[in-house]
Amino acid sequence: MRGRCWKFGDNISTDHIIAGRFLSTSEPGALAAHCMEDARPEFHKEVSPGDIVVAGDNFGCGSSREHAPIAMKGCKIGAVIASSFARIFFRNSINIGLPIIESVEAAREIEEGDDVEIDMNKSRILNHTSGKTYSFEPFPQEIRDIIAAGGLMKYVKKKMGK
Amino acid sequence: MVMTLAEKIIAAHTDQAEVQAGQFVYAGVDFCLGNDITAPIAIKEFEDAGIERVFDRKRIALVPDHFTPNKDIASAEQVKMLRRFAERHRIEYFFEIGRMGIEHALLPEMGLVLPGDLVIGADSHTCTYGALGAFAVGVGSTDLAACFATGKVWLRVPETIRFMFDGKLPRWSSGKDIILHVIGDIGVDGALYKVMEFTGPTISSLPMDDRFAICNMAIEAGAKTGIIKTDDVTEDYVRGRAKRGYRPCHVNGSPDNIETRSYNASKISPQVAMPSLPSNVCPAEELSHIKIDQVVIGSCTNGRISDMRIAAQILQGRKVHPSVRLLIFPATQETYLQAVREGLMDVFIGAGAAVSTPTCGPCLGGHSGVLAEGERCLSTTNRNFPGRMGHPKSEVYLSSPAVAAASAVTGRITHPEELI
Ligand code: SF4
Repeated sequence: MRGRCWKFGDNISTDHIIAGRFLSTSEPGALAAHCMEDARPEFHKEVSPGDIVVAGDNFGCGSSREHAPIAMKGCKIGAVIASSFARIFFRNSINIGLPIIESVEAAREIEEGDDVEIDMNKSRILNHTSGKTYSFEPFPQEIRDIIAAGGLMKYVKKKMGK
Repeated sequence: MVMTLAEKIIAAHTDQAEVQAGQFVYAGVDFCLGNDITAPIAIKEFEDAGIERVFDRKRIALVPDHFTPNKDIASAEQVKMLRRFAERHRIEYFFEIGRMGIEHALLPEMGLVLPGDLVIGADSHTCTYGALGAFAVGVGSTDLAACFATGKVWLRVPETIRFMFDGKLPRWSSGKDIILHVIGDIGVDGALYKVMEFTGPTISSLPMDDRFAICNMAIEAGAKTGIIKTDDVTEDYVRGRAKRGYRPCHVNGSPDNIETRSYNASKISPQVAMPSLPSNVCPAEELSHIKIDQVVIGSCTNGRISDMRIAAQILQGRKVHPSVRLLIFPATQETYLQAVREGLMDVFIGAGAAVSTPTCGPCLGGHSGVLAEGERCLSTTNRNFPGRMGHPKSEVYLSSPAVAAASAVTGRITHPEELI
């Protein structure tokens, strides 16, 4: 996947990603219309499918609301690269199939607007703007199994023999 | 191998004799829960997957507490989904309005989550139940859907950091001040993916309400959960409430290679977290120049009976400052009724406070106390991110009920000592 990068700082909370006042729906399109509103009001209007979100430490901290990764999927975000993720956001993203990557270096060096390509199979990030490449740690096998099945529910169904 | 308390509980919920940090497991779940925001997604996932039966209808709670009493049509529809699902699967614990409470105050009070349990909840503050000596983690809606189907959850066994407290807390300090102090010390990602185990003589002497407040905010340091070992105080609390058998988990000694941080509790004065991170902590007395528009006392952190009592003690014979709105939310129906019986409501209403039926309402900027642009609130809740309680340009300060009540009287952030 390849896209333009949007850069955010540390501790972007689920309240930034989708504020509590918008949670009376779980429909991806409706949530996407308010994605990142309290962090960058223009984001949801200007983001294009395949764009990449790059952030610092503890991305997605705060509530367990799955609405946060759903809103990002609703915006058709290609992937999120961060120095670190808050743990519930991390597992929600795995469970619903929003690609996330932990890389301190890439998160620090990639700039707003950079043109970045990610190769999940080779665990590699290529920044076409700066020419730099980064490799990242692949997930443990158990997590890759969930991703390969297409998310947790599909994985569970397979296991239950449905 | 010596296991930590968390490892031992997790191991007891797998078919392995031992587990260790870093390991990946599918663990059996004793109890799971969802609320009116998170459960609708889980229900949809469960139904879309075509699964017909829940794993155990007596081990699931559905608690409509966030946007209830239904604030608008959309939230009424969400609660309707919970109600329908509960009927279809004969879920034992669906809590209707008027018989409910904020989930993390309600489930321990009802004896539904118990010592030694492994609990998952589609709500980040599920970590609250760690106060009972349970391993309780917040997860997302899809995790809950998978648990509805299988009774299991995937987990990476977390490392533990031990937080050791010695000394007696000062008169106006509480569990809330302990946890704010710790978060201020280690930061909002200071315990990322880890378990915060709270221990030492100070913790052993604390009542359950303070222990719940401490474990409640473990997530605010990024932790997977908080935990406090089961002791006589826990057993006293659970006795007479437990809805099923349970097995407390006790560890003999503890691994010595664990990161331990020690604190002198006698030095922990009432703390306040300033906007816009729970780690932005400072002693209350240094903020006495900060004027406030609204005070909220309640939530899954501090809406229990002892919180109501201390607020009433401070408000007794006093009035809420003319430029302040004081909102009080007992966390459960039982707490509400108890407060009525003890005459606390006379004090609150007499002082000029608005008292509400249990709800999360203002805590997440949902309803019943949303902030306007530029307004400032002092709240006994657990989060102060931008926009958390309303307008993105409103401000939230976090404190204990004692500081909140004193501040409601003076109209600025106030150490209770100033009044009493
Ligand atoms: S009171 Fe606040 S923190 Fe607690 S469950 Fe409700 S919304 Fe979440």
